[in-house]
Amino acid sequence: MAAQQESGGSLSAVLSPEEQAGQDRFNAIIAEDSRIEPRDWMPEAYRRTLTRQMSQHAHSEIIGMQPEANWITRAPSLKRKAILMAKVQDEAGHGLYLYSGTETLGTPRDVLNDQLMTGKAKYSSIFNYPARSWADMGAIGWLVDGAAIANQVPLCRASYGPYGRAMVRICKEESFHQRQGFEILLELANGTEAQKKMAQDAINRFYAPSLMMFGPPDSDSPNSGQSTAWKIKRFSNDELRQRFVGMIVEQVKILGLTLPDPELRFDEESGTWKHMDLDWVEFKAVIAGNGPCNAQRLQRRRDAHNEGAWVREAAAAYAAKMARKTEVA
Amino acid sequence: MTESEGTWPLWEVFVRSSRGLSHVHAGSLHAPDAEMALKNARDLYTRRNEGVSLWVVASSDIIASDPDAKGMYFESPQGKDYRHATYYTKSEGVKHL
Amino acid sequence: MSAHNIDHSLDSFGDSTASATRVTPGNALRPEDIAIAQEKPSEQVAEYALRLGDDALILAQRLSHWISRGPEIEEDIALGNIALDQLGHARSFLSYAAKAWDKTEDDLAYWREEEDFRSLHIVEQPNGDFGVTIVRQLIISIYQHLLYTALLDSGDATIAAISAKAVKEVDYHRDHAIAWTLRLGIGTEESARRMRHALDILWPYVGEMFEDEELHAALGDVAVAPSSLRAAWEEEFTAVLHDAELAVPTVPFAMARGRRGEHSEHLGFILAEMQVLARKHPGATW
Repeated sequence: MAAQQESGGSLSAVLSPEEQAGQDRFNAIIAEDSRIEPRDWMPEAYRRTLTRQMSQHAHSEIIGMQPEANWITRAPSLKRKAILMAKVQDEAGHGLYLYSGTETLGTPRDVLNDQLMTGKAKYSSIFNYPARSWADMGAIGWLVDGAAIANQVPLCRASYGPYGRAMVRICKEESFHQRQGFEILLELANGTEAQKKMAQDAINRFYAPSLMMFGPPDSDSPNSGQSTAWKIKRFSNDELRQRFVGMIVEQVKILGLTLPDPELRFDEESGTWKHMDLDWVEFKAVIAGNGPCNAQRLQRRRDAHNEGAWVREAAAAYAAKMARKTEVA
Repeated sequence: MTESEGTWPLWEVFVRSSRGLSHVHAGSLHAPDAEMALKNARDLYTRRNEGVSLWVVASSDIIASDPDAKGMYFESPQGKDYRHATYYTKSEGVKHL
Repeated sequence: MSAHNIDHSLDSFGDSTASATRVTPGNALRPEDIAIAQEKPSEQVAEYALRLGDDALILAQRLSHWISRGPEIEEDIALGNIALDQLGHARSFLSYAAKAWDKTEDDLAYWREEEDFRSLHIVEQPNGDFGVTIVRQLIISIYQHLLYTALLDSGDATIAAISAKAVKEVDYHRDHAIAWTLRLGIGTEESARRMRHALDILWPYVGEMFEDEELHAALGDVAVAPSSLRAAWEEEFTAVLHDAELAVPTVPFAMARGRRGEHSEHLGFILAEMQVLARKHPGATW
């Protein structure tokens, strides 16, 4: 994280005149809802928060490839195989858009990747659950991507320019991800008894974890206030969760399936959806590394990286050799 | 764990979405050399017909204006509205002008 | 959240990135178009289409395994694109072939037995390390590029049309394979060693690619006799290896008869994985 220190200069609370001028400009840009760009002065904490959030988001895309890649070779029709392959490949692309945005904050990708592989960086806990059945491809698309999109659309207006631009591209591309998931479930729900059972089972397993993707309740979300003031975050965790539940409660009816939530009801008084209590103890345990697949997911990432080392070195060596050749000539 | 030997440099990618339009910055990527950067740009930034032409430039080769010099660089045109046709209101309504 | 909603919410903050994020489906021949078209191949033409389709399908199945395992994430995406192209070709050829027997692409992919597949041994070979996959790609992509180029003049309009789309795509696969062969051949001592090894283990399956069958002669101008591609393939392949400071292997060719349904031991495992879910649910749609 050495690069983060550079533009910060003094760590003392008292800002130098240049820093004060930078801070004033930064405040003015945020106040007028304009965008901060990479070479602008920005508070160290803003840089740190964004680096953390964007890289976690990127890591989630990269790790999130695994549960679905798990089914590419077994997809039950060639059309589904093509769709799934394109979707998992998109996730690699989205990871790269986000890493590319994060790098503009001064931390190179190999450092970010290192943080992921050594377990220092976090990523979305949901990808630490196994994708056991084909129906999970449907539930992941419908619920997990659905929750991700609900989170991401407001991020298109995040105050940091490269983040917002990456999110615009990602949201445009993801519009098919949720639909293909829903259609997998729709096909299963209208299929044989075994298919229908498979679909319901997948929804039962992914419902609660997808609601937890919006993060802890507002009452227990320490970073939210500052992120909102910086206009990185536009809605609270609970607001987004509410909105999402309201959407899927209608969509599940079209599937003819149910959400595994006996307490789910619309509260007329507050105008919000009430859902069951979520197991935040489990959530924290999974984030901390105790989920069913944490070890497997990270090991797969490390294996890919380590097994690719000779390839990256060879390509770099080739580039250097060619550059020398050009110089000589 | 980060082996500097195998670390690929960063490239900026510009995409022309159709003939008649400019290349627009789309993002960046890592590649060992210019040729691979172009291939990676094709795979990463044009999976949905986004482009008919691509440019890649080593990020380190980009010279950018200093955001701190914003005033010095970009204040001058402010207020010079006589550079714009809309400034000339008296001739409004005169045909082909 | 529908696609429409998202697009709408995106509209509200200008189009500064619009031209670099424009998204369109394009218009090209799709497998779905072939499935609903009127043209029905003769059984012989269908047999030929099976050969083209099975090679592409098994190669796609192999390549797709790289997604999330590449040496760099950029390469996950590149290999994913190549796999998707191959899968597209497979679907088109199989959709066309299937019509001869009033079947679908999925009937052919999921419900045929191993001995009914017509793939070459080369596409069945395991991915190995990245070098093995690249050498396999180099062998196949040069071959497919020559083959589809020749098939542009096929007497069968559908095969010519599928080849017209495929030839442009495999041209890129070839470009990708050549670029990597140069880098790995010249890059480091280790990468050169791995490439030599990859060439040695894959070379035995090159011979089969150029063996003519009675079918080719019977089909006349519909098909391309594989032996007619050999000289051009060898010239191009040898030139790439030369540029990459690698040598053509001297190991002998294997007796490989995939076209007759006599496959490598690998195909059984490939099919077991590919077909397992579909076969657990006979009659189901997905």
